[in-house]
Amino acid sequence: MKPAPFDYVRPGSLADALAALSDDPGAKVLAGGQSLVPLLSMRLAAPSTLVDINGLPGLDGVEVTDDGVRVGALARHADVLAHDEAARVQPLLRLALSHVAHPTIRNRGTTVGSIVHADAAAEMPVVLTLLGGSVEVAGPSGTRTVPADELYVGPLESSLAHDEIATSAFFPALAPGARVAFAEIARRHGDYALVGAAALVEGGTVRVGYVSVNDVPVVVDLTGVPVEQMADAALAQLEPAGDIHATADYRAQLVRVLTERVVREATADE
Amino acid sequence: MTTKLMGTGVQRVEDQRFLRGLGRYADDVAVDASTLHCAVLRSPHAHARIVDIDVADVLDVDGVHAVWTYDDLTGPMADPLPLLIPHPALTHGRTQYALAKDEVNYMGEAIAFVVADDRYVAEDAVGRIKVTYDVLPPVVGIAAARAADRLVHDDVPGNVGARMEQNTGDVEAALAAAPHRLTLDLDVERSACMPLEGRGTVARWDPDIDRLQVWTSTQTSTGVRAVVAVKLGLDLRQVDVITPDVGGGFGVKINHPWPEELLVPLAARTLGRTVKFTEDRREHFISSAHERGQVQHIEVGFDDDGRLLALDVMFWHDHGAYTPYGLIVPIITSTQLLGPYKPDVYRVVFESLYTNTVMVTPYRGAGRPQGCYAMERTMDAIAAELGKDRTEVRATNFIQPDEFPFEQGLVFQDGRELTYDSGDYPASLEKIKALIGWDDFPAYRAEMAAQGRRVGIGLACYVEGTGVGPYEGAHVHVETSGKVKVATGLTTQGQGHATVFAQLVADELGCRFEDVEVVTGDTRRMPYAVGTFASRAAVMSGSAIHLAARKAKQKALTIAAEALEASPDDLQIVDGVVSVKGSPGSAIDLGTVAVLSNPLRYAFDEASKAATQFTVGDASKPPVAEDEEPGLEGTDFYSPERSTFASGMHAVIVETDPLTAEITVLKYAVVHDCGKLINPTIVEGQIHGGVAQGVGGALYERMVYDESGQLLNASFMDFLMPYVTEVPDGIDIDHLETPSPLNPLGIKGAGEAGVIPSAAVFASAIEDAEGLPITAMPISPSDLFHLRLAHAEETS
Repeated sequence: MKPAPFDYVRPGSLADALAALSDDPGAKVLAGGQSLVPLLSMRLAAPSTLVDINGLPGLDGVEVTDDGVRVGALARHADVLAHDEAARVQPLLRLALSHVAHPTIRNRGTTVGSIVHADAAAEMPVVLTLLGGSVEVAGPSGTRTVPADELYVGPLESSLAHDEIATSAFFPALAPGARVAFAEIARRHGDYALVGAAALVEGGTVRVGYVSVNDVPVVVDLTGVPVEQMADAALAQLEPAGDIHATADYRAQLVRVLTERVVREATADE
Repeated sequence: MTTKLMGTGVQRVEDQRFLRGLGRYADDVAVDASTLHCAVLRSPHAHARIVDIDVADVLDVDGVHAVWTYDDLTGPMADPLPLLIPHPALTHGRTQYALAKDEVNYMGEAIAFVVADDRYVAEDAVGRIKVTYDVLPPVVGIAAARAADRLVHDDVPGNVGARMEQNTGDVEAALAAAPHRLTLDLDVERSACMPLEGRGTVARWDPDIDRLQVWTSTQTSTGVRAVVAVKLGLDLRQVDVITPDVGGGFGVKINHPWPEELLVPLAARTLGRTVKFTEDRREHFISSAHERGQVQHIEVGFDDDGRLLALDVMFWHDHGAYTPYGLIVPIITSTQLLGPYKPDVYRVVFESLYTNTVMVTPYRGAGRPQGCYAMERTMDAIAAELGKDRTEVRATNFIQPDEFPFEQGLVFQDGRELTYDSGDYPASLEKIKALIGWDDFPAYRAEMAAQGRRVGIGLACYVEGTGVGPYEGAHVHVETSGKVKVATGLTTQGQGHATVFAQLVADELGCRFEDVEVVTGDTRRMPYAVGTFASRAAVMSGSAIHLAARKAKQKALTIAAEALEASPDDLQIVDGVVSVKGSPGSAIDLGTVAVLSNPLRYAFDEASKAATQFTVGDASKPPVAEDEEPGLEGTDFYSPERSTFASGMHAVIVETDPLTAEITVLKYAVVHDCGKLINPTIVEGQIHGGVAQGVGGALYERMVYDESGQLLNASFMDFLMPYVTEVPDGIDIDHLETPSPLNPLGIKGAGEAGVIPSAAVFASAIEDAEGLPITAMPISPSDLFHLRLAHAEETS
């Protein structure tokens, strides 16, 4: 399990990184490498150039304002998880990140990398979508902001162009009086979830995001639905599939259990 | 006298090295830019004829040195790999070639072998080999093998490699006469050993001495040595096989030779370069070995007390595409199934079947987990049928302590009578009931039920034949420094041999524990050996080392007696010093005795001056007596007439989530009897590891093949080996020590015990929690969810 040959560049500026991507249609960005490197080693991916962005300045920060949390492209999951101010402004970050893999992976893996890798089995794409966050993207013709609901276009596919780099992700702050909850069930501690669910209860609305249910990150609006009917209402909008770890029916059962669990938690008396 | 070390939890001497990253594994040998590396082209198909292999593009790749396909192999290398353990019942044994000839029979079978400057280049080159296949429909799973609509091997009718029957009487008559009868149909799926270090081999040909040196991650260095010599046409004396540190074996590395274990030495000799193969994880999944897959049909007759009057077992064993290790696994299942019980009549029939999947060779437990599962599921079913406590039905059937040696009337895996040497099963049962809180469980269950929680308790008993022959040997050498060098030929994969064997030597010889250094698995040091499998290292090499240390001691006493002018009977050896009992001033240390044991012509330092002919011995006698040899050494071998039988019982309390069907271990208890303990800490470590592996096999791991024979979960992402977070937080262990009469130390094997009852004990506990029959293991939450649905439908 050794990668196929590739060129490697480690640019020192964003401009150089973007140029390197533009120069080679087969180039791929390397940040934390926790998904990409295994894909390379198994020769499931064979980019002609790896553009290592770990040398870019100013992208490793976690900035917290009253409006929300901005996570730089080189901030590691562990950085965000450990950030008390970020957890205060948007508690769902810490709730969800504690389920992301294991410490060694969180120490290298980047939150923004996970978001643009667009794996529906990952926690942070769903968190971003549920919270209505966005990704800041730099490209050859400048920067743009991509809202989460325009980010995911298919399985493992984001709307970023080949020559663009996500420089940060923005998670809006939790509004006063709003509540969140997160729960997931995995076969082993730290595995990809069989099903995960995140609830956001805000000003009379109830929305739940699901991990590992559809083939893209998905959020269902359950506002006005009685709690005991929410699971069925959610399932009506979801397409849980079977795999070697769980049948579609079992996954649907977990959707039921977790929907109720997170909604009750987010609406329980404090 | 110093305290005996036997029976004390001496800290492992290996751990400093391992924990500091100083272990030296096969991949750590010959880390040098000049070493060449290999990659193997493996079949992407489960079943296909090879029409053509085109390697034309490979040799153009910069850095490629050679490529082999079957057509390049000559002489014995072109023959099929050995069928290591032939058996009369194995009428249709088949083994693969080092590189596939004409057809492939599992996804992962080796087809071409590339040697290059590094593994990257070798893999690039493998990608350029063009193979034209004529894809054939595969046989996947036991049902397909039995149906035999398709054949794995054209010349093996019905896909049946072997059919074997043993019985102890007229089972049909006994069944017909029994007041109660039950039938059970059971399944066990495949898992695998999955050592963290996969296979690995390094070879170096030294033209200056006309000699091949091979380092390989194996459980039998002597076995590999013998086969490498034969296949390469070398004299045995031209081949050294050295086992470096081995990062886990669990059985898979007892099979040999793997294709690469021959191809690497061949390449080293052909190219005159050091050549290394390090298996990667995916290769380990698809080209090493699996185990466990069986389907079982049981008919049992019993009386009102649950006493076994007739036990009639038929099972189908999936042995994969080839049978290099013979019938060991199904024979063990069929014989060890009986555990601590004594049915009036027992008949067992098995068919060992070919499928187009990775071959099956022993995995820790080696067929015992399946046998234990069949027997213990049966015991639970009898208890349920009669409305009796599960422990009561077991107790009714136990062989009693005064019945040993007990003959089961069967032939065991070593071709010897299945005779249990010793044991005390009623005492074990009392201990396990106390440890797990069996009698208090109903109250606990009620308490949990009041909280809406669902719990169940399970129990499983096993007997394990350990320490199988034919023999092991040992060499104990006291150097003139007083250091004691010990060599035994079987290999080490983390068991702590360097610790326990040193304990035995220190005890018997009387030297200091710290002065003993143990070497295993190096054919230069001990060319006669069998290997590490069947929980045999402590029994076999431990006994041999004990005997060899005794010989060295006797020699030391003889020489020291002369030097001290005392009778050998009046001497003692304590902490490496020989002294006259009651006269501490009259003493000589073992190093000096070693000097005296070897009369020298040439002195090379102060110590050796004391050993020259002018200072040592009686000038009227030969310097080395007629029946003596120079040097303070002892060599001995241990060869028992049959295996010794350890036993144990596991119990578990599980909680099953009523909504998510998740299964949680609340309490796990083990009572274990491996005879006299050499080192209880190490035995407990073996149990912990076995239980962890057993939890994996019962609740997490399975090999998922699709209909086309593709292994869908060939990675640690999808093959769910448990993490530390999935195994029980604590395992309560109690020991019983029923000595074996078969060896000088009274010991029995302990290596596999922890994993044997796992499927049985979890099935028992989950069935107890859920109130529905558990007949297939492993079981996942998704499986349990569907069992509940099906059960609700049946009972509504």
